[in-house]
Amino acid sequence: MNFQMPDFSLALPELWVATMACVILVVDLFARGRESAPAFYLTQLTLLVGIWLAIDAQWGRDAVTFSGSYVADNLAVVLKVAMMGLGLLAFAYSRDYLRQRDLLKGEFYVLGLLGILGMMVMASAHSMLTMYLGLELLSLCQYALVAFNRDSRMGSEAAMKYFVLGALSSGLLLYGLSMVYGVTGSLDLGVIREAAAGVGAQNIMLAFGLTFVVVGVAFKFGAVPFHMWIPDVYQGAPTAVTLYIGTAPKVAAVALFMRLIGEGLAGLQEHWELMLVILAVGSLAVGNIFALVQTNMKRLLAYSTISHVGFLLLGFIAGTPEGYTAALFYAVSYSLMAAGAFGMVILLSRRGFEAEEVEDMKGLNDRHSGFAFIMLILMFSMTGVPGTVGFYAKWLVLKAVIDVDMVWLAVVAVIFAVIGAFYYLRVLKMVYFDRVEGGEALQAPAGLRVVLAGNGLAVLILGIFPDSLIAACAAAFGS
Amino acid sequence: MIELIIFYVFAAVLLFSATMVITARNPVHAALFLVLTFFNSAALWLMAEAEFLGIALVLVYVGAVMVLFLFVVMMLDINVAPLREGFARYLPLGILVGVVMVAEMALVVGAEQLDVGLTLTGGGAADTGESNTRLIGSVLYTVYVYPFEIASLVLLVAIIAAIMLTLRRRPGTKHQDISQQVRVRKADRLRMVDLPSERRE
Repeated sequence: MNFQMPDFSLALPELWVATMACVILVVDLFARGRESAPAFYLTQLTLLVGIWLAIDAQWGRDAVTFSGSYVADNLAVVLKVAMMGLGLLAFAYSRDYLRQRDLLKGEFYVLGLLGILGMMVMASAHSMLTMYLGLELLSLCQYALVAFNRDSRMGSEAAMKYFVLGALSSGLLLYGLSMVYGVTGSLDLGVIREAAAGVGAQNIMLAFGLTFVVVGVAFKFGAVPFHMWIPDVYQGAPTAVTLYIGTAPKVAAVALFMRLIGEGLAGLQEHWELMLVILAVGSLAVGNIFALVQTNMKRLLAYSTISHVGFLLLGFIAGTPEGYTAALFYAVSYSLMAAGAFGMVILLSRRGFEAEEVEDMKGLNDRHSGFAFIMLILMFSMTGVPGTVGFYAKWLVLKAVIDVDMVWLAVVAVIFAVIGAFYYLRVLKMVYFDRVEGGEALQAPAGLRVVLAGNGLAVLILGIFPDSLIAACAAAFGS
Repeated sequence: MIELIIFYVFAAVLLFSATMVITARNPVHAALFLVLTFFNSAALWLMAEAEFLGIALVLVYVGAVMVLFLFVVMMLDINVAPLREGFARYLPLGILVGVVMVAEMALVVGAEQLDVGLTLTGGGAADTGESNTRLIGSVLYTVYVYPFEIASLVLLVAIIAAIMLTLRRRPGTKHQDISQQVRVRKADRLRMVDLPSERRE
């Protein structure tokens, strides 16, 4: 038995977030009042310090500790900073929404924080066991958060669907992992990488396991044909929770793919490349075409998520460092846009009224031209209009795909993006050109307005100066 | 020889009680037969030198899961008769599924060793002569301490989520207020009433 003492200082971000989640749980219990203000500020502080710790402790390192369970490298840092940053944003949006609906409880922050911890574990996983546990930690928090509003029938229904389908997908993933373990004889992703390269792509058992792993990962992404849960869950969950689920977990799914398949099973690229092509084309088609007929804003954004996942997968299909960089950049910038779009739904809602229908966007320009402009930026960014961050995201993945001589795939993606432009522009038409009788002024609190304005400007500024974010994503893949 | 006899005794009881689980009419009986099934399979695992799994099976499934099952069965008082309706209707499908499963298992068991391209390394308890409880204990808090701690957080999330989803203050529910009970004074509860004494006629 040769056991090396783990290097705890490497895992400081995780240790910090885990400790603080427990502290917040207790503090909230003794805090006066029902606003959970201490829990909110402590959560935001935890995430800010966590971001600093992740950069300080892990940037530029490439070390494996905890007997091969934990890896600290640039990819982990970029992923963790993105996850915690998006979590920060989601919590900032959700506070007023929850307060207006008497849902403001400390458990929201504790579960949200533990979910972020699960994502961080995934970002740093260097063994299949750790990866799976991180995924389960994240998923359990998400199931509970979807059911957060107990008196909502739709919320309970969505949570139940999500739970059953999520458990099924975890089972599929686990089955695939067990096959990979059976062939390679190790849980360590570094060992698996070498063993998989050793036995070669022709090994039928390994390909069998890979198929199930890809299915599990596609489920977590919500790629067609494993997308069924996304519209129902997005619509049924409280909008604040939808915002949480729709943003940072997408970055976590990138972590899941990169660690398990991109790094662990890199030797099988000829197999998973084809599977991903099918997933990507399906997602682009279903996401964009079904979104055309949606009248509910949250469902529309759900189908738009599916189509964006299709784009994101293009980066993985390329299978080059440039492709991975593009996929990571896409995930981060998409999450930023999605946070803004769901934030807009929160902004227009108030107590007793959910601005869920696309129709509710009508006449926004008359009510407040500033936020109509923010909506314009967000929708342009989702379409991929130059000047917004969404343009660079699409440009990078298409460039990566064309670089590996898959021009037809890029053409298909662009065609569907053009189809998708219709429904984004339809929303903008309602915002700018439709008049509505008795459009009252916005009632949203000042804090929410500031966050949303900042989010919209970030999409614009990153769209004009994307270099630093691209450089960070590229550094994650060592180029 | 003696081992073989013990194996067959346990296996026979196992099969018998497993059959009883699905045929017993009383759900409590079925649950108790499931307990017996668990005990016998634990004994079989002990014979296969997997004593840790055997003990865990008894502790976790018999000690916790089945007790909970029994609670639920007794508290909910489910009428099982409607659940049994349509048995004959689903029988053909059930037989089909059963035949497919048996055939598949026969293929797997009967097949030559599946070619996985690699021979697995690493020995079991039989090679080192150590008990596997000891082996698990020596790695659980050292090599696997990180996954172990994450698993504990998963359980914490389960606790928080379960309490959050079920605990809520509804108006009108009756519950004790301990502090009020402790602080109560005689004057709050006791009322002296003067009644005119009855007069004998």
